[in-house]
Amino acid sequence: MNQILPPTSDELLAILPELILAGGILVAMVLGVFLRRPIALVNGLSWLLLTAAAVAVLTIPLSGPVFHGALVLDPFARFMKVAVLIGSAVALAMAWSHGRQQRTQQFEFPVLILTATLGMMVMISAHDLIALYIGLELQSLSLYVLAAFNRDSVKSTEAGIKYFILGALSSGMLLYGISMVYGFTGQTSFPAVAEAVAGDASIGLIFGLVFLLIGLAFKIAAVPFHMWTPDVYQGAPTPVTAFFAAAPKLAAMALFVRVVTEPFGSVTADWQQIVTFIAIGSMVLGAFAAIGQTNIKRLMAYSSIGHVGFALVGLAAGTEEGVQGVLVYLVIYLAMTLGVFACILAMRKPDGMVEDIGSLAGISRTNPVMAFILAMLLFSLAGIPPLAGFFAKFYVFRAAIEADLFVLAVIGVLASVVGAFYYLRIIKLMYFDEPAGGFEPMPGTLRLVLGASGAFTIAFILFAGPVGELASTAAGGFF
Amino acid sequence: MTLTGLFFYLFSAVLVASGLMVIAARQPVHSVLFLILGFVNAAGLFMLLGAEFLALILVVVYVGAVAVLFLFVVMMLDIDFAELRQGFLNYLPVGALVGVVILVELLVVVGGRAIAPEVVESVPVPIPDHDDVSNTEAIGQLLYTRYLFYFQAAGLILLVAMVGAIVLTLRHKEGVKRQSAAVQIARNPATAIEVRKVEPGKGLS
Amino acid sequence: MGGFAETYFWPAVTMILTSVVAMLVLLVIIAYLLYADRKVWAAVQLRRGPNVVGPWGLLQSFADLLKFVFKEPIIPSGANKGIFLLAPLISTVLALAAWAVVPLDDGVVIADINVGVLYIFAISSLAVYGIIMGGWASNSKYPFLGALRSAAQMVSYEVSIGFVIICVLLVVGSLNLTDIVLAQAEGIGTAMGLAPSLLDWHWLILLPMFVVFFISALAETNRPPFDLPEAESELVAGYMSEYSSTPYVMFFLGEYVAITLMCALGTILFLGGWLPPLDVAWLNWVPGTVWFVAKTLFLFFLMAMVKAFVPRYRYDQLMRLGWKVFLPLSLAMVVAVAAVVQLTAEG
Repeated sequence: MNQILPPTSDELLAILPELILAGGILVAMVLGVFLRRPIALVNGLSWLLLTAAAVAVLTIPLSGPVFHGALVLDPFARFMKVAVLIGSAVALAMAWSHGRQQRTQQFEFPVLILTATLGMMVMISAHDLIALYIGLELQSLSLYVLAAFNRDSVKSTEAGIKYFILGALSSGMLLYGISMVYGFTGQTSFPAVAEAVAGDASIGLIFGLVFLLIGLAFKIAAVPFHMWTPDVYQGAPTPVTAFFAAAPKLAAMALFVRVVTEPFGSVTADWQQIVTFIAIGSMVLGAFAAIGQTNIKRLMAYSSIGHVGFALVGLAAGTEEGVQGVLVYLVIYLAMTLGVFACILAMRKPDGMVEDIGSLAGISRTNPVMAFILAMLLFSLAGIPPLAGFFAKFYVFRAAIEADLFVLAVIGVLASVVGAFYYLRIIKLMYFDEPAGGFEPMPGTLRLVLGASGAFTIAFILFAGPVGELASTAAGGFF
Repeated sequence: MTLTGLFFYLFSAVLVASGLMVIAARQPVHSVLFLILGFVNAAGLFMLLGAEFLALILVVVYVGAVAVLFLFVVMMLDIDFAELRQGFLNYLPVGALVGVVILVELLVVVGGRAIAPEVVESVPVPIPDHDDVSNTEAIGQLLYTRYLFYFQAAGLILLVAMVGAIVLTLRHKEGVKRQSAAVQIARNPATAIEVRKVEPGKGLS
Repeated sequence: MGGFAETYFWPAVTMILTSVVAMLVLLVIIAYLLYADRKVWAAVQLRRGPNVVGPWGLLQSFADLLKFVFKEPIIPSGANKGIFLLAPLISTVLALAAWAVVPLDDGVVIADINVGVLYIFAISSLAVYGIIMGGWASNSKYPFLGALRSAAQMVSYEVSIGFVIICVLLVVGSLNLTDIVLAQAEGIGTAMGLAPSLLDWHWLILLPMFVVFFISALAETNRPPFDLPEAESELVAGYMSEYSSTPYVMFFLGEYVAITLMCALGTILFLGGWLPPLDVAWLNWVPGTVWFVAKTLFLFFLMAMVKAFVPRYRYDQLMRLGWKVFLPLSLAMVVAVAAVVQLTAEG
């Protein structure tokens, strides 16, 4: 082993999407620094790169662990990577169309979105504890900066600092957990850890697992590690919030799923109770805390906490159907949340952006199309059949019931009933209240996103089959 | 080996003592200086392990660069740290609790190591023999082969940190005179000097 | 206990004796370097320089030393006493400690450690503490400003020195100072079929790096034209303003030891250490140590000349040079050198 072996072409091919992004980031930065007005070019380039990476993910062959077990490209990784890339690309396009005079018009904005996306791709592919940590840090560090991007606003700065400090704390927990796992198994690679665990976790390993899960729960904003979410969602610039709610959540969930199923797949009973607990906590808190909110971004923050809880229900089942449910849930959540944020980004009055829910009053008369699609999306978020959100919940609850987690399923259904209340409240506001003045017309990109998201949500029943099948292939690798 | 042992205890004792002083010193500048002492002793411990490369890199990076910036900032802060410390004792029980918990956990880990010695043998990459390669070479061989991907990815993380720091803090002031060396050097007599004939008693307008 | 005496005691005694002797010799040389510095400076300005104490003023440095030592050390009442006195000590001791690994000739070295270059680099990066501690502990405005300036300056130029060192390491493939010198026995000249000569040394093949190193060394040791930490027209005497008597001498000494060290490092990295300039018999008879000292003195002479005829930089110019010129240049050179080494490597 003592000679320098360059990576083989197979290895390089397996990380082609990551290479495209990494190379593109460097090019974009150089362009940004040396051109006089780089933003349009860098934005376009970033968008192209995300698309190219998505195409690359779909076309390159699947491969086992590369780079001495650092990364893997299995069906699961492919599925999640495509979803994450779509999420990032849509968020970037929305941000571009949203702000003409915003600070997001600096060329660093798309670059940081790219680095965050690159981090997420590493997270999704991670097959080793070190790769896990490095991917996570690459993503988180970019997100901290993005949260504080509007540096002249106190709220944005506060969001950035809060996110940074709590994120750093969670990274510390995660590292502590990783070091314990390494200390007890002597391994960092997932299969090697799985082999060392072999169905019987010692007390130290459990400690490590708990710390690892705490760190990851921070990143997906699951109760009781959700405290940062409302403030960060509210304080960060709205396009950034839209990005936060979509792609990073997916990537962190993917990581969560992989960590519990791959290295710790043989000790399901040990993590199942933890996941069950945080799932219940997230669902209940997400449902109740959202009721009193008046700021739409804060409301979406609690909504995202609740949805993470629902997605975790599927994971708690610890079966292939469960993971399949999680994947379907995440995809549907991605579509819905992007649509809702397209609406939030369009909440522009003649004198600037508004964020309070009251300003949505009566928009069925001033902006009927937007009101209709938003209503459909909110129905879907509440889980009302036959919209997409219903199927999402259906998959995870079915998996939970099949795994005999009746209590969990019942609490989940109750929480979703409570949650429906605040979604319906907005719909009532839109359709039955006196108009509070309409919004400016939506930019084209936002219309497109909203339309696509609405179509996906309403017509999900048509392609529920193919999506479920894809998710089932993706989940199949773990069991 | 007695001498090595002696040095080990020397370095460790000073390291622990200076670590204690970092949090106990009244004057923040003293805290930073003790931190530096701690770093140097940690480097000494690395030396004893035969990891001279790591030892010196620790000194270069942490003592030579990072701690200088700490010192720089701490010196310029005008904060009454004595005031900040008021109520310090109130947190002592909580702090002590956390400390005890971490200690117990460490004991669990170390205990596990003692109970399960086979873990030591299962590390993925064995340390190369000292006689074959110097440890600088050994690090290089691992870093650029097995850990190549991590190395590059870590570089990207540092890049993001740099971009972030610049995005969040750099402000281009308008209306500030800046020196442009290229422009200055490009000047020649033809562009810099104008020879005018001045008629007596008129002056230049 | 015979084993103990043989394995530990006598080696320790020899080590200590060698170190003390080496230190004394070094200090005497430094005394004359000071004298030479002033003489060169005077000559450039058409003055005579020190010429009163001893024949041709040769004992001037010793007279200065005695004068300072016999004065009363004054410690300002607002000063942080411990750190105030510690600072000059740190500055001198560190500068002297770095000499432990400098090889004067093949095998003539106190400690021939594997990572010698790194050791010197690490120690010289610590030198900033003497200045910053002294400036802060004086509890006075000018010294503090001087200390802050020097901290920023030294940290900035350390970066480019680091890259210069990396370039040399890439060419040599070792961090051992002796290996670095021996690697210069062959080079461009021998590759073209000439006998080993001064063309083989790194100064030619890494000429841009040699220039960067020399200028960075000036900045790193606070020599003119980069002596901003003690710019007398702005800051009285910078971080040394409040120092007097023996502590002042210690600072002064530390500074000159560091300068000499940088000259020696330049000799090792770029000027072939103890190797003779031409491979002819009568030059080979001269002991390597003499060559080494001669080359170090040559570099010191260059530094003295720079001091005499280059005006002081402004602070923003200094920072611009460090970060916007040297850093990109040395980074580019690291890439270029690495590429050349990789492409020309056999096998």
